[in-house]
Amino acid sequence: MKKKVISALLCVAMVSSMLIGCGSKTEPAETPAETEAEAEAPAEAEAPAEEASAEGGSVYYLNFKPEQADQWVALAEKYTEETGVQVDVVTAASGTYESTLKSEIAKTDAPTLFQVNGPVGLATWKDYCYDLSGSELYKNVKSDDFVLKDGDAVKGIAYVIETYGIIYNKSIMADYLTKDYAVVSDVSEINSFEQLKAVAESIQANKEDLGVEGAFTSAGMDSSSDWRFKTHLANLPIYYEYEGNGYSSVEAIQGTYLDNYHQIWDLYINNATCAPTLLSSKTGDEAEAEFALGEAVFFQNGTWEYGNLINAGMTDDDLGMLPIYIGVDGEENQGLCTGSENYWCVNSQASEADIQATLDFLAWVITSDEGRNAMANEMGFLTPFSTFDDGYVAENALIAAADEYIAAGKKSVAWCFPTMPSETWKNGVGSALTEYAAGTGNWDAVVTAFVDGWAAEYEAANN
Amino acid sequence: MEKTIKKYFPIFALPTAAAFTVFFIFPFIMGVYLSFCSFTTVKDAKWIGFSNYTKIWGDPTFVHALWYTALFSIIAVVSINVLAFAIALLLTKGIKGTNIFRTVFFMPNLIGGIVLGYIWQLIFNGILARYDLTLTFSEKYGFWGLVILLNWQQIGYMMIIYIAGIQNVPGDLIEAAKIDGASKFQILKNVTIPMVMPSITICTFLTLTNAFKLFDQNLALTAGNPSNRSELLALNIYNTFYGRNGWEGVGQAKAVVFFILVAVIAIIQLRATRSKEVQQ
Repeated sequence: MKKKVISALLCVAMVSSMLIGCGSKTEPAETPAETEAEAEAPAEAEAPAEEASAEGGSVYYLNFKPEQADQWVALAEKYTEETGVQVDVVTAASGTYESTLKSEIAKTDAPTLFQVNGPVGLATWKDYCYDLSGSELYKNVKSDDFVLKDGDAVKGIAYVIETYGIIYNKSIMADYLTKDYAVVSDVSEINSFEQLKAVAESIQANKEDLGVEGAFTSAGMDSSSDWRFKTHLANLPIYYEYEGNGYSSVEAIQGTYLDNYHQIWDLYINNATCAPTLLSSKTGDEAEAEFALGEAVFFQNGTWEYGNLINAGMTDDDLGMLPIYIGVDGEENQGLCTGSENYWCVNSQASEADIQATLDFLAWVITSDEGRNAMANEMGFLTPFSTFDDGYVAENALIAAADEYIAAGKKSVAWCFPTMPSETWKNGVGSALTEYAAGTGNWDAVVTAFVDGWAAEYEAANN
Repeated sequence: MEKTIKKYFPIFALPTAAAFTVFFIFPFIMGVYLSFCSFTTVKDAKWIGFSNYTKIWGDPTFVHALWYTALFSIIAVVSINVLAFAIALLLTKGIKGTNIFRTVFFMPNLIGGIVLGYIWQLIFNGILARYDLTLTFSEKYGFWGLVILLNWQQIGYMMIIYIAGIQNVPGDLIEAAKIDGASKFQILKNVTIPMVMPSITICTFLTLTNAFKLFDQNLALTAGNPSNRSELLALNIYNTFYGRNGWEGVGQAKAVVFFILVAVIAIIQLRATRSKEVQQ
């Protein structure tokens, strides 16, 4: 009998331990979020905590951009040294910002400064956004184009303007132009999808001669890289549809330009460094390495990638950027894709003192020499603030390429992807693209995910 | 003695009871409450009644994940227990190096799920790359990949429990069976297995619930690709929670349904195997 009691007790212990495991699973997202916060903990610890209470408020910035994580921590330390106000910076890992923010903001020490990606992000967080209309930030922003508004209230202000397109390796391109199989005599002749396709295919056909593995880097559909296609590349058909109809967001998309999306995707996957069936496992780092090592000529990415490419051993002379041509009429005048999906918001539910400390910190960042230097030169941000005009304009080869297109009178493609209805929509399109590339799905599935998925997700997210 | 234990019972039970309340009971009640709410963060929830629950059944990915998980659990439970029991039998025969083998088989259990998932993803993709394929090419690959991974991880743990059970089978029972002329298979079927029934109860319970609740391995191995078709229930809940604005409550409702499901299955399984146990 005693044995039975013991075994029953053991069973109960087992069951309860399993149930505890089960209980924590109901909020599984806590885990990645926590680890991210932990990862930055040593950096926070360095900030002198005892001075924190000097002004009564402190700043907690939840940063979106892992590329600039170290620079933000350094800048925060400098500010703490100067004013005694504590500034903590935590950076969310790539792709986990929304989940990190969701769990962080429910804490007692919630972020006082966070960011949203645009109108759809604002819809989630508008109850947490302090009205910035009286702030130093808003006074110095160059135009309302860089501001997110809810009625008259200024809810978010963009702090960086970015550009993406097809980055190309100038050295290999120059080599290609000297060959007799070159179909253009100068890069500037690539001004339409037809030309881009002809160039890419002739590079692909002669890849041994040029010493490359393919014309394009692998269009990896791993989660570290799939945003380049399901979000950034998908922006082009959406942009042209919005332009043609004159609206800025929509409940149901028609997919007028999906044939163009089809042909650019075909071009990417059939003229790349690897077989299309392998794309689902290819990562962003692999594509970056292929480009930096000169194994591919074209790499769809943006100005934020500059630092990584330079660190990987490339020089300014290697880097150029082409617009993404998808075969729309009049695209000779199309420029690069320029916009912002990084809007600063101040947490309205933080204490008065913390809000004030955060506003002061932001004002310092955009007006002081240290702040402006850090943002423009160390982080390489092109900002929309007038205070940066006197000598604090970010300079690098990719930004220069973007400026050239604007100077030449080309029309920049606006960033419409912040109006995509939900993450689920993006994932649906991404999966359909992957399956199409692998040969297990057909293009109709992409069209369904794009058009029907949009309507369904808009409905699901707004009702 | 009994009296003293009774007297100090609250003091000894307090720390655990407090921890259990704070880390289990409270989050659990809050979780159930949130499943009836519309919320962005857990702090500002608005009561909306049953509409989260009605939305669950309109979501085709949930129904798919349910069947996929059920099938996965059945195959994983059978394969893990059969293999673990077989290895446990081998390692109680007193062959040379038994302790080393036991350690080696147990080791995989010490590695965390996420790490394991990424390691196996590399292995599988490395093999499949020879045929220009990847793990997310088809949901079948992800399915068998998960089965292999979970087998590799859990066989060692279950093996230890079975070894303990087998070693507890009284030697005189087996001897008596031998004298009666029982064959090796008859001894296994009529003596060993009935005697280790308590171990079988625990092992099937652990593997069943683990397979049902599998999350990290699924996330690291396939992340539900292609098109959510290799998504197990736990990952489906996670993706619902973070996939759309305003669907946090639906994810929470799914989690409640999930809890009830796991609890019911576990209780049925416990009843079924407990009834086969013999009293020594």
